[in-house]
Amino acid sequence: MKKLINSPDDVVKEELEGIAAAHGDRVRVSFDPAYIVRVDAPVSGQVGIISGGGSGHEPMHGGFVGRGMLDAACPGEVFTSPTPDQMEAATKAVDGGAGVLHIVKNYTGDVMNFEMAAEIASGGGTETAAVVIDDDVAVKDSLYTAGRRGVGGTVLAEKICGAAAAQGKSLAEVTELCQRVNGQVRSMGMALTPCITPGAGTPSFELGDDEMEIGIGIHGEPGRERLPLEPAARIVERLTTPIVEDLPFSEGDKVLAFVNGMGGTPLIELYIVYNELNKLLQGRGITIDRNLIGNYITSLEMAGCSITLLKLDDELTALWDAPVDTIALRWS
Amino acid sequence: MPSSISYDQVMAWIHRFADVTIEQREELTRLDTAIGDADHGTNMARGMRAAVERVDALEGDDIGAALKAVGMALVSKVGGAAGPLYGTLFLQMGNATGGRSELDLAGWSDALDAGLKGVVARGKAEPEDKTMVDALTPAVQALERAQNDGADLSAALAQSAEAAHEGMEKTVPLVARKGRASYLGERSAGHQDPGATSSYLLLQAAVDSFG
Repeated sequence: MKKLINSPDDVVKEELEGIAAAHGDRVRVSFDPAYIVRVDAPVSGQVGIISGGGSGHEPMHGGFVGRGMLDAACPGEVFTSPTPDQMEAATKAVDGGAGVLHIVKNYTGDVMNFEMAAEIASGGGTETAAVVIDDDVAVKDSLYTAGRRGVGGTVLAEKICGAAAAQGKSLAEVTELCQRVNGQVRSMGMALTPCITPGAGTPSFELGDDEMEIGIGIHGEPGRERLPLEPAARIVERLTTPIVEDLPFSEGDKVLAFVNGMGGTPLIELYIVYNELNKLLQGRGITIDRNLIGNYITSLEMAGCSITLLKLDDELTALWDAPVDTIALRWS
Repeated sequence: MPSSISYDQVMAWIHRFADVTIEQREELTRLDTAIGDADHGTNMARGMRAAVERVDALEGDDIGAALKAVGMALVSKVGGAAGPLYGTLFLQMGNATGGRSELDLAGWSDALDAGLKGVVARGKAEPEDKTMVDALTPAVQALERAQNDGADLSAALAQSAEAAHEGMEKTVPLVARKGRASYLGERSAGHQDPGATSSYLLLQAAVDSFG
C-alpha cells in the first residue's frame, strides 16, 4: 500500500482536521461525534438536509455542505457507514424548526444506522423524513439482493433538494421532490483498477492489466461482470444502454448527464467518455440539457467512471441552476 | 460442573470476544474482502475495544447493564451493518437480563434468543441469506434442545458453539441475499460469510468464559 497518510487509523480524523483548517469560512467540523455542518446552521425556518456515508468517496458528502445543498454530512470510517449518534447530532445541529430530511444511499449499513438515528431524533422532538436513493441499474432489484445501490444520483438529489429547501419548501415538499428525483435518475459504473482501503492495505479485488469490471459499486465491491478492456466508445455503450432502457429514457427527453470519475481517472478520459455519451444519446434523440463532469462520488484511488442520467423538467432544471456554494460544487 | 453464569464471567466473555476480534481482525477482514467491503475485522475490533472500555468503567453486578453498555458502544463506534446488528444483539440481550447478577442455562438461552430476534427485526435477514443469522439461529436452537434434554451448562454451551460453527460453514455455498455480498449474486457462493464467522467466535468465546 502506497498512500499519503500518517497512520491508517487516523485517516478520517486527519482529513476532517484538514477540511476544518481549509474551509472554516463555509463549514464547521465536529469531531466527536463526527459531522461537517454549514457554518450558519441551523437556518431558521428552513428544512435541514443531511446525508452521510462511509468516507473514501470525497468530495461526497462533506464537500457538498453549504448554502443551496447539504446542511450537514456525517462521515463514517472509510467505506463504513457512520453511526446513529453522528446522524442524531447532525440532525439537531441543522434543525431550524422546519424538520430535517435524511438523504440515505441504499446500503444495508447506511439504511439501518439512519433508521436508528431517526428513532432517537424523533424522541427528541425533531421531525425527520428519509429518502433512500437507489439508482444503480447494475444491481438487480429483487428479493434476492439488498436492492439497488445509491450512487451518482445522490449528488444530483442533494443539489436539487438543497435548492428547494433554500427556497423555503416544506419538509413534505422537499421529501416528495427527493423521491421524484430518485424515481427518474439511473446510473451505472465501471472500474479499470480496484482500490485499497487504508485499513485493509491490499486491493479489494484483482483485475488484470487487460481487464475491466462492469457494474462496479463505490466500495471496491466487484461488479456485474469482468470483461476484456475495450475502447471508450464501447464501454460507454455498455454503461448507457442499461440506464436508458431501465427508466426508460425516450426520444425527446431532456436529461442532466453526469460523468463521474472514480478517483483515479483523469479528466482527459472523462471528457472522452462524455463525448461518447453525447453522441450515443444524440443517436437516440435524447438531449443533454445540463451536465456535470468530474470526480464527485469517488472510490478512493479507483480508476474508472460512472454515468448518471436524470430526466429533467422545468422545475428540476431551475433547481439545478439555483445558486450553490459548497466546497466542491459552487455557482451563482 | 458450574450451573450458572456470574457477572464476572459475563465480563470475561466480553473481554474474551474483544481479544478474539482483535486477534482475528485480519481473518475477518480477509473474508469480507472476498464478498463485502473489507472492513469487518477492523470495525469489530474498534467496536469491541470501545465496549471493553465502557464495561470496565461500570460498577455493580447488573448483567443487563453491562450487555447494554456493550450494545451502545457498538452502535456508536462501529457503523456499517455490523454496528446496528451487533449493537442490537447486545442491547436486546441486555433487556432480557436487566437486574440479574447471575444467569442459568435458561436465562442465557432466553437472552441469546432475544438478541437473535432483535438482529432479525433490524436486518430482516432470513436463514440461508448468508448472514450472521445463519450462525446464531442454530446456536439458539441448540441451547433450547440442550435444555429439553436436561444437559448441563457446559455441554449446552459447547453444543451451541458447535451448531454456530456448523452454521458458519454452511454459509460457504450459499448465494448472499442480504448486505453488500448480495450485489455479487452467484459470485458470492464459495465464500464463508464474515458476519456468521464473528457470530461463531462470539459463541465460542462463551464456551471459553463460562465453561
